[in-house]
This record gives sequence, C-alpha cells and structure tokens, in this order.
Amino acid sequence: MSRIGLDVGGTNTDAVFFHNDRVVAALKTPTTADVFGGVEKALSTVLEKAEAALGRPQRDTVEAVIIGTTHFTNAVIERRHLDKVAAVRIGLPANAGTPPFIDWPDDIRDVVRSQIHMVAGGHEFDGRRIAALDRERLGKIAREIDAAGLRAVAITSVFSPLDAGDEEEARDILSREAPDLDITLSHELGRIGLLERENVALLNASLRGLARKTTDAFRRAIAESGLTAPLYLSQNDGTIIREAAASRFPVYCFASGPTNSMRGAAFLSGLRDAIVVDVGGTTSDIGCLRGGFPREANAAVEVGGVRTLFRMPDLLAIGLGGGTIIADEGARIGPQSVGYRLLGEGRVFGGQTLTATDIAVASGRIRLGEADRLADLSPDVVDRAARNMAAIIADGVDRMKTEAAAQPLVAVGGGSFLVPADIPGISEVIRVEHADVANAVGAAIAQIGGEVDQIFVEQPREQALAEAQAEAVRRAVEAGADPDTIDVLEIEDIPLSYMPGNALRVRVRVVGDSLRRASAAAA
Amino acid sequence: MRQTLKIDDMRYLATGAWILGTGGGGSPYVPQLTMRAFCEKGGSVDLIDPQDLGDDDLVAVVSTMGAPLVFVERMTDPDFAMKPLRLMEAYLGRRFSAVMAIEVGGANSFQPLLIAAATGLPVVDADAMGRAYPMLQMTSFAIADLVNFPQVVADVRDNETLIGRAESWTWMEQIRRKICVEFGSIATTCQAPRTGAEIKAHAIHGTISKAIGLGREVFRARAVHGDVIDAIIEETGANALFAGKVVDVQRRTEGGYLRGTVRIQGMGEDRDSTLEVAFQNEFTVAWRDGEVLVTTPDLICILETENGEAVGTESLRYGQRVSVLALPAPAIHRTPKGLQHVGPRAFGHDLDFKTVFPLQGDVQ
Repeated sequence: MSRIGLDVGGTNTDAVFFHNDRVVAALKTPTTADVFGGVEKALSTVLEKAEAALGRPQRDTVEAVIIGTTHFTNAVIERRHLDKVAAVRIGLPANAGTPPFIDWPDDIRDVVRSQIHMVAGGHEFDGRRIAALDRERLGKIAREIDAAGLRAVAITSVFSPLDAGDEEEARDILSREAPDLDITLSHELGRIGLLERENVALLNASLRGLARKTTDAFRRAIAESGLTAPLYLSQNDGTIIREAAASRFPVYCFASGPTNSMRGAAFLSGLRDAIVVDVGGTTSDIGCLRGGFPREANAAVEVGGVRTLFRMPDLLAIGLGGGTIIADEGARIGPQSVGYRLLGEGRVFGGQTLTATDIAVASGRIRLGEADRLADLSPDVVDRAARNMAAIIADGVDRMKTEAAAQPLVAVGGGSFLVPADIPGISEVIRVEHADVANAVGAAIAQIGGEVDQIFVEQPREQALAEAQAEAVRRAVEAGADPDTIDVLEIEDIPLSYMPGNALRVRVRVVGDSLRRASAAAA
Repeated sequence: MRQTLKIDDMRYLATGAWILGTGGGGSPYVPQLTMRAFCEKGGSVDLIDPQDLGDDDLVAVVSTMGAPLVFVERMTDPDFAMKPLRLMEAYLGRRFSAVMAIEVGGANSFQPLLIAAATGLPVVDADAMGRAYPMLQMTSFAIADLVNFPQVVADVRDNETLIGRAESWTWMEQIRRKICVEFGSIATTCQAPRTGAEIKAHAIHGTISKAIGLGREVFRARAVHGDVIDAIIEETGANALFAGKVVDVQRRTEGGYLRGTVRIQGMGEDRDSTLEVAFQNEFTVAWRDGEVLVTTPDLICILETENGEAVGTESLRYGQRVSVLALPAPAIHRTPKGLQHVGPRAFGHDLDFKTVFPLQGDVQ
C-alpha cells in the first residue's frame, strides 16, 4: 500500500510517494499562484515517477493523499486572503473592558475586524447564568451583520467549554435571520481561557473562505490526476484531519509545515533526539527533536502576533536561505532574498544577484548550475561570506540548544547544503537522502490521533480518566494506529460542579504511528 | 521616595509578580495590557515609599478575590476595580490618599495600578503578603491583629456589599467568601482602610519594586539567552527543588477557591522521582516521592523550564516542562504567630512547617 505526502509551501510544492514505508519517488516543483495547477502537476509527476520506479501502475494502491500546507498560516502572517469577521461576544456585564480583538497587532486587526457586538448572557463556572441571553439584541445584530454584507461571524460566550448553550442559541438566532452567515463557535475550537479561545474563533472565521477554496482545489487536483484516495490535511500536532473537517477548522492546520519537516527529519535520519535545521529559500527554521517529536513552545503561542493556546513546535526562524542576498563583499548576509526567483536571479543560474547558494557553489559545498559564472568572484569574498553564513547558523543553533552536551544536527530543506559541517556544540551534521523534501515525508508519515471529550458521572476520577484514555486509544487503533506506539498528548479534566453526581468532563488526546508503517519498520 | 512607573515596568511587574504569586493571584496578562495601553497614551503611575505616607493618610487596600480558573473567563477592568473603592469612600465620608495591593502576586499586583490609572492616586510600594495567599487572615495586618472591618465586596453586576463588622479576620473571610461565590467566584474588594502609620508599621515594604526588579532580571537573562531559572535563583536566593514534566492535574473550583494537586514526573537528575504539589489558589505543600519536601510559608513556585515564566494553578496542564523553586518567606511569616496564620495547618494539612532554608532562630 502507498501514500502520497505533499507539502504546499509558499515557494515550493514538495511531493513524495511512499510505498511500503520507503520513499520511491520525490520531487520539488514551484508553487503556482493557482493552487490547483501546482498540486495537480506535483501529484501526476510523482505518480509517474513512482510507476517508473516500481514498474507497474500505482493509482489504485494509493490509500491516502496527505497534504501539509502553509496557506493558512501564511494568510495570517501576510494578512492576505482573510475575510472580515463580525465578532459576537456573549457575557455582559462581564468583560466590558476587554472587547474582542484586544491585543491584536494593528495591521491584522484592520484587516479582520468589522463589527463588534457585545451582548448580555453567558455562564458562570457553576452553570448559573451571568445574565439572561439577550435574544432580541441578537436578532438585531443578525440584521446589522447582514446589512453590511458580512458573512464570517465568530461567537464567543463566557464559559462556553462548560456550557455551550448560549453560543448554539445565538448561532440559531443569527442563522434564522440571515441564513447565509458562516459561523464559528468558540467552544468547538478551544478550552477555558476566553480571550485566547475567542482569538482562535476569530482567526478561524476569517480563514474559512480561503480554506474552502484551498481544499476544493486540492480535491479537484486529486481527481484530475486519476486518484481515488481520500484527502487528509496534516495538523500542527503531527496528526491528520479529514478534508471536510479541515475546511471547517483551518486553524488546526497552523504550523503543520514545520512539524512535518521535523518529523520527516526524524524519520529520514532515524534519530529521536537532535537539532533540526530546515533551510528554505528565504529563511531557515531551527528546532529540537525530543523523542522523535518537535519540542513544543511552552508559553502562549502567537500566530501572526495573535495570542492563542495552540500547541506548536518551538522554532527559531533565522534570515538565511538559499536565495539570501550577499552584499558588501560578503560582509552583509540578507535579510533580503530573491526567494523563489533564485532559479532566474542567482549567479550560477545565469542571473545577476549574488546569493547564499552561489557562495555554497563557489566554496565547493555543492554542485549546482554553472559554477563558471562565479569565476570572477574573489576567494576573499567567498571566504568572508561563508564564514558569516556559518556564524548565523551557529548562533541560531546555540540559541535553540538547551543542553550543554554536544548533540547531532539533521540538515533538511531545499537549501540544506548551506549548513556547514562544523558547528560549535554539534557532534555531527547529518545529511540524509530526500532531505530536500523532508516536510513531504513528514506529511506522508503523519500519525493517527484518537480523541475523547466526554462527561463522566458517579465515577471515581482515576477510573474516569482511565476509561477515557482507553477509549481514545481504541479510537486511534480503529483509525489505523499501532497500539504499541501510542502516546498521550493531552489529558484534561474539569469538574462540572453544576451537574449532580460528581460530574467530570474529561478530554484525552492520543497519537500513534500508522500500523502499516510501524510493521514495515519492524520488518 | 517617589518613582514613576513606565511602560516597561508593566512587563517586568507582570513577570516578577507572577513568579511571586506562587501559582495564585491570577494571570497578569489582561491588567498588564490595560496598563500598557494607559502608558502608551502618555499615562504614568507614581509609586511611593511607605515612609513617605503621613501617619493619618488613608490607604485603600484592594484586590480581586475568587478562584483563578474563573479569572481567565471573567476579567477585571478599571471600572470593576473602582466599584468597591467608591462605595467605601461614600461609607467613610473620606477620600483615600493612596492605594495598595493586598498581595504582590499575579494580577492582584496590578489592582492598585488600575485604580491609580483611573484616579491619579499614588500606589504604595508594599503589600500585605509579600507574595499571594488566598485568605484575609494570612495578611501581615491580621498577623499584627489590626482591625479587620469594614470591607466592600463588589460584583460586576449591580451588586455591592459592605460588611460593617466581623468578629475576627477568619469570620470576615468566611462571610466575604460566601458573597464572592454568589457573585460567580470573582469579586473586587476594598479592604479595611489602613492609616499611613499602620502601613509603615505592618505592611511588607518594597515588594512592588522587588517584583519589578525580578521581572527585569528575567528579561535580561532571556535577552542574552542565559539560563532564566538560574537567573531567578541568583536574584531571589531561591532553592531549586525539582525539574520535570506535568503528568497529572487535579483541579476543582469549590467554596470560592481553586483547589487541587499537580503531579510532576522528574526529568534529568530527578528522573527517578515524582513531586506532588497541593494548591489552594496558591501552591502550599510539596511532597517528593511521598515525603514532605517543603511547605508554606516558603514560596513554592512552578516555572516553565525553557523561559522562566510562572505557571498559575489554573494554567497547569499535562505535558508542561516545569522547574520547581522554593523562595525564602518574609520574616513575619516564619515567626510562631506568623506560622499560625500561614503555616501548613492554616491550609488544612496536618504538618509542621518544613523549610529548605536555614532556620535562623525565627522558627521554633
């Protein structure tokens, strides 16, 4: 059985064809402005290559196409393709001084914020009401939103993870008045913590239009390339989500790219603990692998400057990539980059701009393009630039290392040749086959998750937790996870003091390797 | 001595006071935002030394009380913070001349700043705990047997209560806690008014500037990518107790408090051990492999290992990498009288005070 993993980045689309746990075909193509064209081309090309390598048709053996995409993260970071959102906050008179969009950077707030509505309602932690839900006001709000031609709405009610009733009723009222509204409810996305949960709901509402277009293009591309396999998107925790869910909850796909490239680096190198440097066209990400997973950022995670409670890999982005421009006789490295225009503008590719890639070619670290075009470059300039580039990487690595002992480093990404062999604090720089498509490898080996979110009544806590965990494991295994590889990602319980009988809401998330991959690795 | 608090001080205070909060006092994120916005518009807050108070000056001692898990859904803004102060002034028929935090922990260290921003009153560089504690009888004023009434407890709705008299600090706490639960386990308070003379004699001095200094040190260590935990130990004279990963959090909001325990599986040198820490809003007792390691009033602080950020009892979660430190308690808490008020028995643990710091004749 086979899987295709794709990583659709801002610059390149990478694809790998995985057959019995081996990469049998891989490729890197430029991402096209129309998502469909680039993905369709990558899919059909990698399929052809795989068929050539294996010597037989492969279309029907593909069990899944898994796509990791930075589209949604990039939209937030670049403040592009975001829809205006009407924010509805339920909970007055509480929180009047902390309205929606508080603490958002000005530029994204200007793009996303439209109407802000704060209405009476919401719950206390013990299930009582803060105030009666202002239904009449909600009806007026629906008409105001509709009159302004807005569609995206995010509704957030105080303590909705404990009682979602007001969010659901508000949605029903709004939909009745204005049936075309596209509504995100905060309790579907987040936990206790009003502002962070609301921020995620606002971002999600703002991204839904783009998410529908993007997943639709992915699906058409799959059909066009003659595949019948289902489409999955990879999530920031390294697991996959069905296309339909991804188009409703695009925020779950945030940061899946870096997670994939680090998991891909772990798979390709066989290492579970290492520093990973993923060199792209404009920047490089440095992260730490711990036990085969990216080390997580601990504190509240910001996406494009907006505070959330997502769990994300702890990454340091440095301004050095394959297209980074070298100036001042090698004294100045970037941060400007020719980016995806490297193949036209880089010196070895016939262009006029001296880039980090040219320096790597001139110093003999890699053979690419026409090295002759660099004949006029003074060895001093090459030497100075190479030393400065090495220093930037060494500094970044040092900042991410939290242990004094020397550690191995895995270099991946299209520009991994920029990583020098000698880095202080690094025992060995490991270069692996398919390093340039590590993120697509990470997508292909994405894990299977199992989740339980359930209320237990009249049971001792230990027993409730154990039951919830067993059920989460059962669901993961049923979805194809290997029971021997299952890890608990999250356990959380909140006593619901307003319900009789010691009610406890338990939420457990587990992940495991897909069974086929695990058994192939064992064989 | 009077100093002016500026925008950077808000960040330092938030970080330092969150550490001194020993898990309680509520996250300072929102009040810090409010104060930064105030400073950005040109506002500033005066911080005055307790010695600069006139003996007859009237000082408002303020807080948000309740269960920290509620604070992340229902936040305190300047209007909410001001409500009890206004009612107290109307009752007394006098205006306050300065405002002070009941505790220099988490969001509560910002409570007087929110009021200062709204009124222009100066903030006294002191508090009544030198950290955060959940109950009134744990203040230095209670330990000194000062008068405990009157007290105002306000709801965000149009409910404001004034407790005119209570038989003891413990009674005052019981009464106001019932009111607070009725309000949703969050209420703003204005406590028994204090004179300048009382503040000089019985408050714990210099604690706001101490928290700011600690926060500044954390930011300095982060800026040079130093070990933040080591920097905190250096700055506070703390003792490193444990490092590991959170594997279980048991939490319930009851009686107006957040109670529970957290279990931490050791990593590195502590890999074969487990630490359990009990909390009632704040961390109170830590057991290492079942043996009592340290108790209140030593400050038990749980910090994110990577960046030294404090973790509140409401934000503990499975999988967090944390370091546990003990900081020395203010001298008043280590006296026999102090221990009656804030020792482990005051939290229902039938244990003697166990400290990781040398006994200096102040404890029997």
